[in-house]
Amino acid sequence: MAFIKQYISEVFGAVRSLWKGMRTTGRYFVRPKEIITQQYPDNRDTLVLPERFRGEVVMPHDENNEHACTGCTACELACPNGTIKIITKFDITPEGKKKKALDTFIYHLELCTMCNLCIEACPTDAIKMAKNFEHSVYDRSKLTKRLNKPGSKIREGIE
Amino acid sequence: MYSETQILKEASAGDIDGGELVINVGPQHPATHGVLHLVITLQGETIKKIEPHLGYIHRSIEKMCESLSYRQFIYVTSRMDYLSAHINNHACALCVEKGLQVEVPPRAKVIRVLMDELTRIASHELWLGAMAMDLGAFTPFFYAFREREAINEIMEETCGARLTMNYMVPGGVMFDLHPNFQKKVKAFITQFKKKVVEFDDLVTNNIIFQNRMKGIGVLSKEDAISYGCTGPVARASGVHCDIRKIYPYEIYDQLEFDEITESAGDSFARYMVRVREMHQSAKIIEQLIDNIPEGDYQAKTKAVLKLPKGEFYSRVETARGELGVYIVSEGGTTPYRIKFRSPGFSNLSALDHIARGGKIGDLMATMGTLDLVIPDIDR
Ligand code: SF4
Ligand code: SF4
Repeated sequence: MAFIKQYISEVFGAVRSLWKGMRTTGRYFVRPKEIITQQYPDNRDTLVLPERFRGEVVMPHDENNEHACTGCTACELACPNGTIKIITKFDITPEGKKKKALDTFIYHLELCTMCNLCIEACPTDAIKMAKNFEHSVYDRSKLTKRLNKPGSKIREGIE
Repeated sequence: MYSETQILKEASAGDIDGGELVINVGPQHPATHGVLHLVITLQGETIKKIEPHLGYIHRSIEKMCESLSYRQFIYVTSRMDYLSAHINNHACALCVEKGLQVEVPPRAKVIRVLMDELTRIASHELWLGAMAMDLGAFTPFFYAFREREAINEIMEETCGARLTMNYMVPGGVMFDLHPNFQKKVKAFITQFKKKVVEFDDLVTNNIIFQNRMKGIGVLSKEDAISYGCTGPVARASGVHCDIRKIYPYEIYDQLEFDEITESAGDSFARYMVRVREMHQSAKIIEQLIDNIPEGDYQAKTKAVLKLPKGEFYSRVETARGELGVYIVSEGGTTPYRIKFRSPGFSNLSALDHIARGGKIGDLMATMGTLDLVIPDIDR
């Protein structure tokens, strides 16, 4: 008898605690405003990413198609994954001296882990992190990028 | 040791008339939360033996670290226990700092502790949701993720990433706090305290849930010690093993918080330890959030770090237990050898012992409360 009593009280206890849980669920059901689900990609226009968001390494160019990279390869050395490859060339300065300069900045997005170490290492702040996060492409070779634009050169006064 | 073909043969040959039956849980199984492979020997519904098979997500992180510099290797450790990425990075940074003998500025120390505790709450929240889902309650998962999302947003704003932050660097932290940080953390703590009772209604006080957890997977204090369990798993068995208390690092010795222990050692005790730990973490954050000292967030260090010849060890309390980082240096720019003592591995080793004799249906409760993160077990 005692066993049946205990059994029945347990069943009622379970139903009661279940009801308590359902009440919480029901409370949200009738207050859809408190639900915080966002519908991606429908929210693309309203999506605000914080300015420090690390999505992709880019090299900003100004309106004269000039960047700040000296080709010092500090970023290449700082990168743990071999993501960056710097190819340098020698410019001839007006005084007729040879000067090392950036030829091509190759960036392998598919190898990048967005660790920010290259940005920290750059002495001239020539590269930064962009907020773009939708990186999928159909062809893998599209992920290998050249960051300095064609015909660009180093900004005056950056050593 | 079984070979894969043997396992398959035995699994298909297991007869149902009272003989032993070998089944495979994983490597792709929703309840293992990762590529863990358990070979389970059953007699009827009773578990006779569990043999975990590892290696499916082995990336040889320790070996990789040997070819990376002391600045570079830290980011890899975010990929071990990805739910405690900050705390893993912290352990590595502490170990390198020990070798370099740099003094971390007070501001950086406070930021690190704040981030660690936020990570701990986020990790426990995720575990809570996933755990409830393992037992068949789907809704709590979304409630847990709501709280976790608030933390992720705070992380995103200050560190620039949501999961693998790489925010701790030798000498301090990578960036200063975002101006919104204090405001957002305070809002989170208020929200967290208000909403955490919902979990009590939804999960903790639910009698069905309690019956499935109580007395399941009991780990005694002696066994917890002999298996090398740490973290909430050992504390649920009454072992005092909180590294923040027994070997305080950073500023934990000046903070006021309790080490949560339970005595039952069953799944419900492990559950309660984590739930109560979240409150302690919130308490730590509340103590610090208004008292962040001004000053540098990073000590000046050389561009190329070189550790002196010798051996260095540091340990921290991650959300899952004790993480130890052991570096052997030959005086160069890369470590000669790195060893990580990960909490998940030792905690998994106790699984066979505590699940033996139980029912297969209870395995989910036992395994869920061990809070296994497979990339942490299998580095
Ligand atoms: S973010 Fe990290 S992985 Fe990516 S290019 Fe920079 S250093 Fe390399
Ligand atoms: S991006 Fe910066 S670090 Fe890299 S080569 Fe250019 S100047 Fe040097």
